[in-house]
Amino acid sequence: MNFLELIWMIPLFPAAGAVAMLLFGKKMPNWLVSIICPGMVFTSFLVSVGAVYQLSSLPERQFEKILYSWVPGASFQMANGQLSNLGADWGFLLDPLSSIMILVVTGVGFLIHVYATGYMSHEGGFYRFFGYLNLFMFSMLTLVLANNYLLLFVGWEGVGVCSYLLIGFYFHKKSASDAGKKAFIANRVGDAGVVLGMFTMLATFGSIRYTNVIAQAGSGNFHIGDAAITAITLLLFIGVTGKSAQVPLYVWLPDAMEGPTPVSALIHAATMVTAGVYLMVRSNILYVLSPDTMAVVAGVGAFTAIFAATIGIAQYDIKRVLAYSTVSQLGYMVLACGVGAFGAGVFHLMTHAFFKALLFLGAGSVIHAMSGEQDMRKMGGLAKKIPYTHATFLVAALAIIGTPLFSGFFSKDEILWRAFISPVGSGILLYGVALITAGLTAFYIWRLMFMTFYGESRVDHHAAHHLHESPPVMTIPLMVLAVLSLAGGWIGWPTVLGGSNHLEHWLEPVLGPGAKILEEHAAHGEHAHSTEYMLMALSVIVAFSGLSLAYYFFIKNRAAGDSIAQKFSGVQKLLENKYYVDEVYNAVFVRGMVMNGGEALSKFDARVIDGGVNGVAWFTRLTSTASMWWDKWIVDGAVRLTALVVNLTSYPARILQTGRVQLYAFSILTGLLIFFSYYLFK
Amino acid sequence: MQSVLPSLFFYALATMILVSAVVTITRRNAVHSVIWLISTLLGIAGLFLHQHAEFLAAVQVIVYIGGITVLFLFVIMLVNLDEAAKKKQFAGQWKIVVICAGALLAELGFFIFKGAEGFYFAEPAGGSLQPNTQLIALALYRDYLLPFELASLLLLVAMIGAVVLAKKDLK
Amino acid sequence: MPPVPTAHYVFLSAALFTIGMIGVLTRRNVVIILISIELMLNAVNINLVAFSNLLQSVNGQAFAIFVIVDAAAEAAVGLGIVIALFRNKETIQADEIDLMKW
Repeated sequence: MNFLELIWMIPLFPAAGAVAMLLFGKKMPNWLVSIICPGMVFTSFLVSVGAVYQLSSLPERQFEKILYSWVPGASFQMANGQLSNLGADWGFLLDPLSSIMILVVTGVGFLIHVYATGYMSHEGGFYRFFGYLNLFMFSMLTLVLANNYLLLFVGWEGVGVCSYLLIGFYFHKKSASDAGKKAFIANRVGDAGVVLGMFTMLATFGSIRYTNVIAQAGSGNFHIGDAAITAITLLLFIGVTGKSAQVPLYVWLPDAMEGPTPVSALIHAATMVTAGVYLMVRSNILYVLSPDTMAVVAGVGAFTAIFAATIGIAQYDIKRVLAYSTVSQLGYMVLACGVGAFGAGVFHLMTHAFFKALLFLGAGSVIHAMSGEQDMRKMGGLAKKIPYTHATFLVAALAIIGTPLFSGFFSKDEILWRAFISPVGSGILLYGVALITAGLTAFYIWRLMFMTFYGESRVDHHAAHHLHESPPVMTIPLMVLAVLSLAGGWIGWPTVLGGSNHLEHWLEPVLGPGAKILEEHAAHGEHAHSTEYMLMALSVIVAFSGLSLAYYFFIKNRAAGDSIAQKFSGVQKLLENKYYVDEVYNAVFVRGMVMNGGEALSKFDARVIDGGVNGVAWFTRLTSTASMWWDKWIVDGAVRLTALVVNLTSYPARILQTGRVQLYAFSILTGLLIFFSYYLFK
Repeated sequence: MQSVLPSLFFYALATMILVSAVVTITRRNAVHSVIWLISTLLGIAGLFLHQHAEFLAAVQVIVYIGGITVLFLFVIMLVNLDEAAKKKQFAGQWKIVVICAGALLAELGFFIFKGAEGFYFAEPAGGSLQPNTQLIALALYRDYLLPFELASLLLLVAMIGAVVLAKKDLK
Repeated sequence: MPPVPTAHYVFLSAALFTIGMIGVLTRRNVVIILISIELMLNAVNINLVAFSNLLQSVNGQAFAIFVIVDAAAEAAVGLGIVIALFRNKETIQADEIDLMKW
């Protein structure tokens, strides 16, 4: 059987499942639903395996299957005056990059589907949940298999919709439906960037098909730092910050934990959020042509990594810790892309999909066992009660902190190493930030481990009574993922450790041209292997010191932990409230636009003074009475000034939001008028 | 004389259409508005006839004048408009809207007549599309079969949607 | 002398469209706003038929039929919304309906 010819069917199976569920699911019994939906995904997985196997025997390792011409050629004028055709096909491209993505998406997706049949068995809307989940698989597979940016965007929007539907799955809960809307709106900001990037790309290259764009970009007609390419990459990167939850658009991801846990595992950890990284790796040749963008990308990635990790330290909700951990790990991947280590980014994407899905599913199993409790302060000592969950969770926790031989070790060290030798920006600084983040990661993950599984039990009476291990349908996927979290990294065994890094070779056809450009234009000093060994040892030491610190504070000497938290209560409060980013966004973008000035001002004032004073209080104590003056005038003054500036700058946006449709329509008329006048007076 | 008559016909109809349209949007009473809308639509149907689009002219009379305007009248009867008739007729922004729209029309007119010289669309080709109904049938059922089916689906959805929206209480 | 230049049809269409637009943007009564939208759609039809005649292609007339179908669907749903609105808010004045503000 020629599976390569059948790759268009890979997204089709889940689509069929989704259609069946959403049209007829209401009448189906649950057992039938839990056969059809995971079955469809499994079929996709089998076809993917067959196709990837056959792909590996093709010499050029690339296969394009065009179903039909979707947007046929309307001709238009490019920026350089040439005419070109807007031809977008409904076509699929299987190459090493998309093959890794489809294997991860269908493989991990299948395991999560199986798990969900157990997890969701007591919930209403069983068929609806699986219908959405299958629809998500369809969109995601379209996204990664597309052969042009337009079709990618179809999938990109599709996963956004499914994410919205699934976050708001418990739609009768207001916080869940709000979280869904927040995710959708934050993503919309990013999507606008992608659309604009696509238009700029059309104007520059005259095509949005990957093969054409890559061939043109690599042809040497575009020099390094070309303004148009910088614009394209920056615009696409805005989309990446939305979808892959980077600063400043990351705010939706922690709230997305309102959805059911399998959704968090599938969409908000393993697959959808990595779409941004995929987009960057797909366009890697454009990124290497624009060092400015690379610097921005690396900076944003590193900042996101450390920023989210610090928030993760102070959260008590087990899923929120993992959510911030996801944001932080995505920061790693983006950082990898920013320093030109696209292969390492994909590698980490893959291992992260394994161990983070496992962490989330494990957390789901814990929550299941605790009858819905998510607060870690009410857990503890669960290791004996739920042995399988504990054992698999342990593997994931060791993998994410980078214990040698576990998958996270290889991918994370690859990123750290590439950041260290990075030709982009100041590599040492990036390396330092990434290394500190690794320590923080070890700390908060093991804080979670110790608070949940070890120590004395803080479980309340009622929940303790019901405490039980999850059924096999949930634990078996956990075990499979545990094996993958352990062994999944071995395909990227680095050469310095005597491996041959299969992954790097496999990705060669995709990343080769970009890497060549990068090498030609960067003074690439030789780095001794000893440096690499040293850095590896260093990161292991940092990870384990984070672990031991967590052990000291949360098992050995809880009093010390509490007293430290007391001493730095300002910082503690700041972290617990996530740097007040949500409050600031709310005041600036949400409240600022709809509320009358005075009210918004006073609320914003109250919150920021609260945060600012708490944060600064411990500092003032150190600087004694002299700082009273400082506190009173400079801090409060700055706070008031900020509030005033926000109020003033949001004024124009506020007066536009009248809620009257006719005025909105009138703005269309004025836009038309301006547009025509431009041509009139040109 | 033969060629003057058709253009006279056109300008008479155009005047009728524009005057009725202006009156349509300025009447205080919504029923009067609908009556004047019918006059506009009749003018447009005449224009279609004038261009040998007989089938379309018939559709215009049957669907628009016979169907849609009656729908409007029904709704006006259902909704209590006595209150509305006493209130202010125009929204506060009407002056600026009229100025902007006038400017837009002026610009459009400028482009159209400038384009009419440079562009070849000033000269209608001779002849007419006959037999009109048969040609349209071929276009609809052969060339545009899929859009036609989609349009029927759209009508079905709109019908169900309108029923659901206008129902007194759901469930 | 040619019968009537197509440009005149196009200008008639533009004028009718503008009148409809003014109606949509200025009237407070939602029913009359819907009527104005019908005017705008008819302006489009005039254009389509004029070009169909000019190019001697029946496609324009086929499209005009689709526009009429669209107008019928839009009127049905629009008026349904008006009724639902009137039932819930006791008003059909466009500028008194500003739920989108929050």
